[in-house]
Amino acid sequence: MVTGPPAADQAADQAAAAATTAYPAAAATPDPELPMLTVADLGILRAVDATPEGVVVTITPTYSGCPAMAEIGADIRSRLQRAGYRDVEIRLQLAPAWSSDWITGEGQRKLAAAGIAPPSAAPRRRGPVPLTLGHPPSPGCPRCGSPRTRRTAEFGATACKSLHRCEECGEPFEAVKPL
Amino acid sequence: MSTDHDSPYDLLGDDHDDGHRWAFGTGFTDPLEGIDTAVPAGVDRAALARYCLALGDDALIYSHRLQQWVTRMPELEEETAIANIALDLLGQARMLLARAGGILGRTEDQLAFFRDAGDFRNVRLAEHDDRDFAELVGRLLIFSAWRLALFEALEASPDPVLAAIAAKGAKELAYHRDYAARWVVRLGDGTPLSHRRMQDALAAIWPLAGELFQPDADARAAMPPAAVAPAAEPAAAVDAVIDTVLAAGGLDRPGAAPLAGAVGRAGRDGVHTEAMGDILAELQSLARAHPDATW
Repeated sequence: MVTGPPAADQAADQAAAAATTAYPAAAATPDPELPMLTVADLGILRAVDATPEGVVVTITPTYSGCPAMAEIGADIRSRLQRAGYRDVEIRLQLAPAWSSDWITGEGQRKLAAAGIAPPSAAPRRRGPVPLTLGHPPSPGCPRCGSPRTRRTAEFGATACKSLHRCEECGEPFEAVKPL
Repeated sequence: MSTDHDSPYDLLGDDHDDGHRWAFGTGFTDPLEGIDTAVPAGVDRAALARYCLALGDDALIYSHRLQQWVTRMPELEEETAIANIALDLLGQARMLLARAGGILGRTEDQLAFFRDAGDFRNVRLAEHDDRDFAELVGRLLIFSAWRLALFEALEASPDPVLAAIAAKGAKELAYHRDYAARWVVRLGDGTPLSHRRMQDALAAIWPLAGELFQPDADARAAMPPAAVAPAAEPAAAVDAVIDTVLAAGGLDRPGAAPLAGAVGRAGRDGVHTEAMGDILAELQSLARAHPDATW
């Protein structure tokens, strides 16, 4: 004699419950290279789909060679497993390519609070990418707020950052590159 | 694994029980994990695989050459720049080799570590051994200007995987090209010594540039029809960019003739310069000495 709901309904209920708890569990995972940001802040978490069989998490790389993708996937998996989801599948999605514009407002505030200038708006283009030979724009100083800064290097300690110096307070700082 | 990683390096200390090969290989993730890799109907699978392999080999060999510069750069800022550019190209290489390998039934590791020089299809420009910083930035200008124009056209490729790889890579290549262009201008417009060395560097690299614009039969499978992407023939666009940079740096366009191939065959046909053997010896020896090693 079956007393509970049919198995199919039970599975659907579990999936619905998973949808409400799996997303926050995955979204709270910190980025290994910018640990003040979560993967949701960074805009690389594309989807969390809970099914009766488990959870499918879709993430997108910031740069082609981003060495942190393996760690990010492993961290999301372990967080979801601790939250009770045994079967976790991590999928990559390449298109559309990640843009620094996808960093959330909250993410931008966290970057600035950590002394890293948030990215300016990513260039939107139609047709060939224009060559830039002159001095590139440099964001305002995240420490003193002065707009008088200059870029000292277009590549930094990680693929997503450039190096700058403030002419006002003299402090060097990092910025997330517009991409 | 039960903990988060504050640093990417923490994961190195974790126990792996699934064949991860941190010391040389890339067995830890599939760069196309979970992506729909079905080849669309009407696309020539064999030609697409050969074309992705060629573009992947360009990036793999070029990245290796740049990695050899790390710790030898004149300033810390250039050190990080070259390491980052090498990393971007390695990432592009992994995805392209995985795309080719998926069609050919081989893994990216098998393609990177267990092919001989004659099976590599990279252009010879990628394997050039830069003798000084001027050659490094001059070669990078030509390579990245060409590759960027190519990737812009490939964004409309009938193969959605290649189109996605190209769209992502184009953003990175725009940074590489600007970096190289600024240095070429700076050296060309600098002191008489830096000007002379930049001009000499261009003369040394120029013969290798001609190969980039040779017709490639495999490209037909990967490129969109000409009506979709007018830039499918990138030579004119690349020339315009390079001429702009040379003019800004007060440099002359070298007149050197393209380097001849062997009986008309060149890098894309598996015919390489002498340097290729040394590159592969360094790149592959560890993996070949311990083909089943795991860490």
